[in-house]
Amino acid sequence: MTLLHDMLTSLTSPQVVNGLIQVAAASVMVLIVVIIASFNRVKIARETITSMARGFIQILLVGIILVLIINASIIFGYLVLAMMIIFAAILSYKRGKGLPGAFKISLLAIGIGSGITILIMALVGVIEPKIANLIPVGSMIISSSMRTNSLSLNRFRAEIESHVGQIEAGLALGAPPATVIETYLNNTVYASIIPAVDTLRSLGIVFIPGLASGMLLAGANPIYAAEYQFAAMAMLFAASTLTGLVSGLLLRSTIFSAAEQLTLRPQITKIG
Amino acid sequence: MDTAASLDQQKIVLEACNLRRVVAPDKAIVDDISLAVQKGETLAIVGPSGSGKSSFLRLLNRLDEPTSGTVFLDGVDYTTLSPRMLRRQVGMVMQSAYLFPGTVTDNITFGPRSRGEQVSKQRIQELLEHVQLAGYETRDINGLSGGEAQRVSLARTLVNDPQVLLLDEPTSALDEATRSGVEQLINTIMHSQGLTSIIVTHDMAQAARLADRVAVIKSGKLERIGTVEEVLHDTIA
Repeated sequence: MTLLHDMLTSLTSPQVVNGLIQVAAASVMVLIVVIIASFNRVKIARETITSMARGFIQILLVGIILVLIINASIIFGYLVLAMMIIFAAILSYKRGKGLPGAFKISLLAIGIGSGITILIMALVGVIEPKIANLIPVGSMIISSSMRTNSLSLNRFRAEIESHVGQIEAGLALGAPPATVIETYLNNTVYASIIPAVDTLRSLGIVFIPGLASGMLLAGANPIYAAEYQFAAMAMLFAASTLTGLVSGLLLRSTIFSAAEQLTLRPQITKIG
Repeated sequence: MDTAASLDQQKIVLEACNLRRVVAPDKAIVDDISLAVQKGETLAIVGPSGSGKSSFLRLLNRLDEPTSGTVFLDGVDYTTLSPRMLRRQVGMVMQSAYLFPGTVTDNITFGPRSRGEQVSKQRIQELLEHVQLAGYETRDINGLSGGEAQRVSLARTLVNDPQVLLLDEPTSALDEATRSGVEQLINTIMHSQGLTSIIVTHDMAQAARLADRVAVIKSGKLERIGTVEEVLHDTIA
């Protein structure tokens, strides 16, 4: 009964009603942009509207779930994060179409990269053992890992496919696969963490990310908001780099056969 | 058919036995090929494009996996050897040079470095003289012509001291002017060092100039194998 009561109070609070007006205003802004675009024959209406509807429903559902479990055991918080990691892997692995085991790699890379970071940060107290803190910060870390993993899959395939000749020439010289693709693996890991590096660099100068914005809006001390934002960005960076590394190393092991043959070749559909 | 049977069994270095590679349920790109090469000889593999001659060559250093059949190197089944050891012994020069970024020396030392071995300056110098690129040690590969790049790729393979050298259309990506120079170089290296080699070419005249024996492959099958004279005679007759 209390749950239902909590929920009804949340849904009918003046803040929520006010929020709906803000949603409507922001959506009208998007609508205007879409109309301007269509006048210029840029057809983005359909994709924009479906993406917006999807995003709104998803985030609203999370809001409702948060209302329900905000005072529940922290274990629920970790369960929600585990679900998020699975969804992130499902969304991300499609970037690696044609790469063997892309889903497994994505799940492991995102899971290990974000999971370890979240757990350590929770242990040392940077993430407070409260659902209200764990889920938003955890989800930021997971989404950053997801982006890294997507970039990693995408870049890795491109690097390998465009260097098949060099890779096979290296193998033909009797070099181990790890040596042969060292450069391409480095390029992949580096490219996959560029967004995380850039975000860290531009912090404060170019943008004040959502977390600090939220804290400022909620009336927190701006200095503390800045400190916490930095801590959060450092966590994102750590999680991204870890994800990029795990993803890269796992990918490396999937493209060679036991007899050290390159099995990922764009022109050959099946290796006999 | 002149197969391993008529060769001196003592001298056989590399022997392919019933090699087959199937890439789709009904498509064997290499279909049951058996042949052998003896020490010091050059075998040319000829055939129309898409006949499977390069695919066959790639099975000999196990760059691709045979669906069935195997290869014996000095009488040893190559599936029992480590692929790295095999590929050092059975070197390969490809159609394009596929050099690694860096200098000529970086390329030549790549194989040995990958197993923690050093190559002396003198050895690099010798190899470069051998491929007629004396003084090229510190040149960046980006400044090399096609013919020079192919010479570097030859030197980079020879540094491993292979027992058998596989050459996959080594001059077909070069222009007319550089082609004959590289071909002459290959001829010199193969014959002066008594290197056992297998060269894939679509050019029958090149096969006649370079090889002791010729194997003709069509649709993945070994059509004919014999001395240059025998095969040329058959082709013309």
